[in-house]
Amino acid sequence: MDFPLFHLDYAGNRMLIAFIAVVHVIVNHPMAVGAMPLVTLMEWWGWRRGDVRWDELARRILFACFIITTTVGALTGVGIWLSASLANPYAIGSLIRVFFWGWFTEWIIFCLEVGFILFYFLTWKTWSGKRKLMHIRIGLALSIFSWLTMAIIVAILGFMMDTGAWLENPSLIDGVLNPIYLPQLAFRTPFAMALAGLFALFLIFFFTKNNRKLRHRAVRFVSLWTLAWTPIYLLGAWWYWKSIPPNMIDNIPVALATQAFESWHTLVAWFIVFAVTVIVLVALWGVLTPKHLPRVALIVPMILCVILVGYFERVREFIRKPYVIEKYMYANGILVQDYPLLARDGVLQHASYTPVREITEENKIEAGRAMFVIACTRCHTVEGLNGVVDKLSSRFGNEPWPHEAVKNFLAKMHNSLTFMPPVPGTEKELDALTAYMLMLQTKPEHLRGAQDIGVDVPVDAAQDSTKPKEEQNVWQAMIAELQSP
Amino acid sequence: MIANVPVPKDIPLSFPVDAVLLQGLLVVLFLAHILFVNFMVGGSILTLFAEIAGRKNKDLDRLAERIAATITVNKSLAVVLGVGPLLCINVLYTIHFYSANALTGNLWISIVPLVIVAFLLSYLHKYTWHRMENAKGWHIAIGSAATLLFLFVPLIFLTNINLMLFPGQWPEVKGFWSALFLPNVWPRYAHFIIACVAVTALFLLVYMTRKAYPVETTFENLDRAALRKGFYWVAFGATLVQFILGPLVFFTLPARGLTVAMVIVFCLGIALAIAAMITMGIELKSNRDRVGRLILPVIALIMTTGFCMGYGRHLYREGALAEHRFQIQSTSEDFARASAMLSKTAKLNLPEVPLGQQVFDNYCSACHDLESTISAPNLYEIAKLYAGNPQGIVKWTKSPEKKRTDLYPQGMPPQVLPEDQLIAVAEYMIETGNKAP
Ligand code: HEC
Ligand code: HEC
Repeated sequence: MDFPLFHLDYAGNRMLIAFIAVVHVIVNHPMAVGAMPLVTLMEWWGWRRGDVRWDELARRILFACFIITTTVGALTGVGIWLSASLANPYAIGSLIRVFFWGWFTEWIIFCLEVGFILFYFLTWKTWSGKRKLMHIRIGLALSIFSWLTMAIIVAILGFMMDTGAWLENPSLIDGVLNPIYLPQLAFRTPFAMALAGLFALFLIFFFTKNNRKLRHRAVRFVSLWTLAWTPIYLLGAWWYWKSIPPNMIDNIPVALATQAFESWHTLVAWFIVFAVTVIVLVALWGVLTPKHLPRVALIVPMILCVILVGYFERVREFIRKPYVIEKYMYANGILVQDYPLLARDGVLQHASYTPVREITEENKIEAGRAMFVIACTRCHTVEGLNGVVDKLSSRFGNEPWPHEAVKNFLAKMHNSLTFMPPVPGTEKELDALTAYMLMLQTKPEHLRGAQDIGVDVPVDAAQDSTKPKEEQNVWQAMIAELQSP
Repeated sequence: MIANVPVPKDIPLSFPVDAVLLQGLLVVLFLAHILFVNFMVGGSILTLFAEIAGRKNKDLDRLAERIAATITVNKSLAVVLGVGPLLCINVLYTIHFYSANALTGNLWISIVPLVIVAFLLSYLHKYTWHRMENAKGWHIAIGSAATLLFLFVPLIFLTNINLMLFPGQWPEVKGFWSALFLPNVWPRYAHFIIACVAVTALFLLVYMTRKAYPVETTFENLDRAALRKGFYWVAFGATLVQFILGPLVFFTLPARGLTVAMVIVFCLGIALAIAAMITMGIELKSNRDRVGRLILPVIALIMTTGFCMGYGRHLYREGALAEHRFQIQSTSEDFARASAMLSKTAKLNLPEVPLGQQVFDNYCSACHDLESTISAPNLYEIAKLYAGNPQGIVKWTKSPEKKRTDLYPQGMPPQVLPEDQLIAVAEYMIETGNKAP
């Protein structure tokens, strides 16, 4: 209502966030959170045995992680934030106000993490001999800070799924102590460690082309690492599942795949079981007979993991519907508390950006479009992913949709399709929205966002309808001043 | 009041910290961030020039390589240090900043891929310096691509920061490219890029001619004094250009945000810059063995100039937004008051209808109708199917099947309702459906 709305009509705004977030997690869980302790452990192992080649292998793994986390990792981290503030400025704006010190602490720790990784990487070769132990300690510190960075972010994400006591008493601590926090962390930490093992396995093959013996030792070492974390993340996953608030569980099938594939969710569950089994088998193979571990075996778990993490993040992103902040703010950015006022006066009356305020027969479609932009586009497109025309067609068929039935449906759908917020506004606005939906059936259009077509600012009666005068710059103002008598 | 200026409502949550503290934090953190951005952008410009010149001069190629090595570290710091000020801006200027972001959204979000590519290219450039010795042209091409990206990304930020100051322009803007040509963007951009060169030259002077730096083993002919003079020349020349660009930036500023305090701060900055120029002039004229002794005063002067410019900018921003902020505040307060009053008094006055009908109206009638079969089976059909079997409906409602997939491909979503409501609605459906015409 109060922000120009960025909108992508094919992919959808949520897809943008989901894409960036998934890339971020896929990169950062294994290569920062998981890999730093693994590399440090490898360095320590090599140092204790005085094995120079082993040490060089660990350094190379670090090098790969360093390059990727300081580019893709760091920027997608910022990107989640940028894209989320485009897709839902209200939610991010609110969260940052509530969580300012949380984000701020997160930032300080992130700075330290980057400092440590730069330092750890750049001093690897120069801090040898007596200083090696010190170098290993830096690796340890780096591991702790990578983990802390994740731990704080998880707090913020957890908060968004369950506001805990925050509604009664909005403060940071209440947000952090929300019931999902620890279980989520208990799952993510060991899972990141296991993923790091798989990622390292993949790298080891590249870096040990000329040294079979080293390769086998390294494969066994890293496989053991992955295997050791497996029971822990399984326990974590179980605890996490148990702690998700019950009304979110209802939405989980929709989250795992869209509703059309709802019946597939058992399939997805089986896929997860299958993926974990494959990971365990590969790791076991690596431990028992590292010599015979074939190359494909390394790529398969990588791919599986990517899909798994992708699904996991998607679940997290989708199950908190219809709210972006539980029971406080709906996904359309409108506060639960403001619904009665909007029902009395109308959404368009209070909207800052709309081509019309008063709905007439002539501007009905335009008003309906404005309603759609405000109330639906944070989740729907017109003709792309989660496109509303498709959704309505599969509910009402391909014959011309009856106005009253669609209107009635829109008015009540939030009760039965609980992932959607209620349509805000007056009866007349609902009518306009319906008219727009019906128009879309016959004349589909590509809805463009504020980033392409800008915004309409209604000219209110109280305001003068003339354009603002050309703004003077300092130079013109000075000249004007000098010329005035 | 200016017409046609949007006056949105602010987020109804108070600031987490006192606004003045936040502003202080913003100014300081932003300067720290911009310092490393300067090193990154300036570093990549200087690397490029040195590498091109280095095709004929081995030492310059070495120099370019050494500068390139600093970029990849500075760029990481530039990114992390950017997050802090971004946080402060998000809180302090929520409405203004996010509105500008959305209005330039396509390019705003491309910052992520553009910077990733720029960083990867600069790693590639750095780590292939020797391997690509025989393909120098290609190597320079990689460096140029990275530099171009490093030059472009600040333009996106600048356009946003500029657009956010002028809500009167928001209705006029149609995407990034139109916002790019609002007044003051280009002069300010040029001013910034030249500042990058000047600041980086001074950074390199300190970094590369310090005692611990292996100047002797790195270069064939260049020694510390030559490096110092060279870097001073770059810094001096760039700062000189700023005396033309600076006034241009100032005079093209929209006059609205001008305040006395801001002008004073800018004048102070200019005075300090002149002092820095004079000090650099003395250094440039001094003997080879004495050059460099005044580096600390030069840096102190340039840093304080930078601080004055940053702080002056902040004062301008506050001035430009003051009136709009005031309007936003009063609109937001009116809205919040009205909303709070209504949501307190508005009690749900449920109509006096039997439970079964109530549940049906709320939860089922979105799709089910007495007669119509357009979105779901009608009540006649259901009543027939479940005559005398309300429990069957209850069971179905909890976990519906996909029965008529050709008619209703979306199927029916399972409904989570208390048992008594389910029974009531089931009985209501059968009873109503039985009243066949
Ligand atoms: C929280 C995000 C969200 C918002 C806001 C939202 N929807 Fe939805 N909507 C969804 C999801 C998720 C689905 C289910 C997608 C699927 O089944 O694949 C859906 C489904 C639908 C369907 C199909 C329902 C069915 O099963 O027949 C329609 C029609 C619809 N939405 C219309 C709207 C309209 C109109 C608005 C604006 C007033 C709106 N939605 C707002 C998330 C949202
Ligand atoms: C979002 C739309 C929607 C809502 C809301 C909805 N239904 Fe349905 N219902 C359907 C569709 C579609 C079918 C047909 C499904 C099929 O045959 O595949 C159906 C079928 C049924 C049937 C027939 C089952 C059979 O054996 O053929 C019953 C009974 C039923 N619904 C009860 C209810 C009740 C009770 C409610 C409210 C609590 C409800 N429905 C809400 C869409 C809906």
